[in-house]
Amino acid sequence: MCLAMPMQIVQLMESGLALCELNGVHRQVDVSLLDKPQEGDYVIVHAGFAIQQLDPREAEEQLTFLAGLVRGAAEDHRPPSPSEAGVWR
Amino acid sequence: MSQETTIRLDHGVGGRLTREFIVAEILPRFLPGPLQGLPDAAVLPVLQGPPVFTTDSYVVQPLEFPGGNIGSLAVHGTVNDLAVCGARPLWLSLALILEESFPMGRLAPILDAVRDAAMSCGITVATGDTKVVPRGQCDGLYLTASGLGEALPGFALSLGRIGPGDRVLVSGPIGAHGAAVLATRTELAFAGDLKSDSASVYRLVEALQPWAQEIHFMRDPTRGGLAAALHEIVADLPLDIILDEACLPVEPAVRAVAELLGIDPLHLASEGRLLALCRSEATESILEVWRQLPEGRQAECIGYVASGRSRVLAQTAVGGRRLVDWPHGRLLPRIC
Amino acid sequence: MKWLSDFRNPQTGRVLLEQIRAIASRLDRRKPLRIMEVCGTHTMVAARWGLPRLLAPEVRLVSGPGCPVCVTVPGYLDAALDLARRGHVLVTFGDLMHVPASAGTLAEAQAEGADVRVCYAPDHALRVATELRQREVVFLAVGFETTVAPIVATLDRARRVGIRNLSFLTALKTIPPVLEILSRHPSLSVDGFLCPGHVSAIIGSHSYEHVCRVARIPCVIAGFEPLDILLGVWTILRQFDRGEVRLENVYMRAVRPEGNPRALRLIQQYLQPCAALWRGLGPLPSSGLEWRPQYRFWDAVHRFELSPTAGIEPPGCRCGEVIQGALEPEACPLFARQCSPETPVGPCMVSSEGSCAAAYRYGTDNAVAEKG
Repeated sequence: MCLAMPMQIVQLMESGLALCELNGVHRQVDVSLLDKPQEGDYVIVHAGFAIQQLDPREAEEQLTFLAGLVRGAAEDHRPPSPSEAGVWR
Repeated sequence: MSQETTIRLDHGVGGRLTREFIVAEILPRFLPGPLQGLPDAAVLPVLQGPPVFTTDSYVVQPLEFPGGNIGSLAVHGTVNDLAVCGARPLWLSLALILEESFPMGRLAPILDAVRDAAMSCGITVATGDTKVVPRGQCDGLYLTASGLGEALPGFALSLGRIGPGDRVLVSGPIGAHGAAVLATRTELAFAGDLKSDSASVYRLVEALQPWAQEIHFMRDPTRGGLAAALHEIVADLPLDIILDEACLPVEPAVRAVAELLGIDPLHLASEGRLLALCRSEATESILEVWRQLPEGRQAECIGYVASGRSRVLAQTAVGGRRLVDWPHGRLLPRIC
Repeated sequence: MKWLSDFRNPQTGRVLLEQIRAIASRLDRRKPLRIMEVCGTHTMVAARWGLPRLLAPEVRLVSGPGCPVCVTVPGYLDAALDLARRGHVLVTFGDLMHVPASAGTLAEAQAEGADVRVCYAPDHALRVATELRQREVVFLAVGFETTVAPIVATLDRARRVGIRNLSFLTALKTIPPVLEILSRHPSLSVDGFLCPGHVSAIIGSHSYEHVCRVARIPCVIAGFEPLDILLGVWTILRQFDRGEVRLENVYMRAVRPEGNPRALRLIQQYLQPCAALWRGLGPLPSSGLEWRPQYRFWDAVHRFELSPTAGIEPPGCRCGEVIQGALEPEACPLFARQCSPETPVGPCMVSSEGSCAAAYRYGTDNAVAEKG
């Protein structure tokens, strides 16, 4: 029930709508559920509505964590124990 | 005829209005050729090779879509049916069934598209027919096209020749036609870099002639996408086809629409792509020669054939394995 | 930041799988670890990427009742068909079109002339109602919290622009209550919950704290790319390895502790909790949402004086057990025989997220096994 895709707000329009884009596909998306949407924001779009902004910093942190796991696996040729892999919130 | 004219029942009954229509709209577009003098049947020259014959009806909606219309679709579709059987397309018949009050302003571009596509494919409209039905009895325009071609020497295409180890090649990115048509559905309200891939695959077939013996089977995936085409191939064979999803060429915009709507790109129609199953040793040469053509620039080897039980499987990008199923019914967008 | 491909990286996926297997073998369990992925989208995405087979045998993904179509009783569709036969315009997500009612489907009704329109977004119903002022337009409002927010936003917009020939036939349900009930189920053996990322984007990660306390199993909120799901599974296993039982959020890029307060305020304004009928689970208290009394005008049941019932389950259908994670799709005697996507008996096969549909379409272990 959660089919949703990341899209970028290209242009804010009137009455809670915005033109959003994913890989060259555009759609008018209702952004009225968001607090202070900005052009350039990345948002999760479900059924034509943006339900949340995506946080690039959190995404980067997560990718960094995953990269650490990969590095650890490559270095040790064995999977690192959870405590070595770093604290996860 | 003026663009404001609409087609009337009288245009289809064979009387004065029919002749007016043909003289004004058909002959100027499709002469010179066998239509000269409007004979009841076209007398064609003797062919050099065995004749190859196909027919198809086009009842598509919408009639117009980004990258083409029902006219260009019909020509390409007919040409491709001949081409994938290893034939050079030569002659086309065109039968129109028009709905009363269909506007000339809409028909003219469709006929133009037939003319342009036929010209660029080197195929001649040899004969045709026009009928008009009362309002509500057809959806604007139905089109039936038959195609006659001659077999190119060297090809020996049959399902029986496909065997384990064969490679599956596709001439370019898939699903563009299906995605472009989805974008025309106003209730979905998507727009973007979406254009049908409707095109002739004949040049791709012609280019394969030096390796004709290595090609075991060919098909152009249309409705139902690559999944349907592959399923049709293995349906009665003790074989599986295993695709490598990471190698599947899909344009980013097509993938985006598919993901947004929860549809598998393998289920989206193409209308100008060639699927070939060949001996694995011929793969590199075929890809090289295809990639030299603009329409084959993004050709890829997307999988292989193994002994099995009529399955189409895919190796997913993260190393998993899944069935590729037939598309089930009309494609419906989903939110779940 | 490539929001999709970065979370589909094959190398990272392989490492996560290796680590999952390594931890699982360290845990040295007799039986596979059963992780219930509650959300139908998790079921589908996992199947589509071939994850269940990659995780087996150490980890078994079990599908839960998170497919809103699957948990909707046939009586809801009966009510919808009734409205269609009365000549009203129905607007629906594609997901509902082929779901069997007690008799017939929306697609069949459409073929017989009923005005049933498929949409991608609920505000399409508003557009239709604006175009067809003379007709009554009913939106089939089915979903969990992710979809509830767009639905109430559509109603809010309708009220603001003064469109009144629109109403909503609702079967809205909420996730945390059903998780709690499932976790108390005596025969359900589930070792961890993989919680739905987009529902959580609305309701907030803190909404599962109570569930976690009551269920006393790891609860991890995960997103929908393959790395998200694998990371979610890995995080559950890591809790097992450390002897922990916690609520963790590994979809932080979309899920905040407080969720989406604006959406929640809107939901609060229009809807209130109510008992809801869950197919296969029966009536569950406080697990659904209904219009508040002052908005009853927008409720199709009220406007058209409907008396919805539970409807008739198809004979032999065991969707109820599948929804609870008590029966694997391929163990149902009807699976792939009488029941297939073309001829579905129950919703789990026809729903785009149903466990049976996922198993059929993407393959059970036997279906994709190497040896033919």
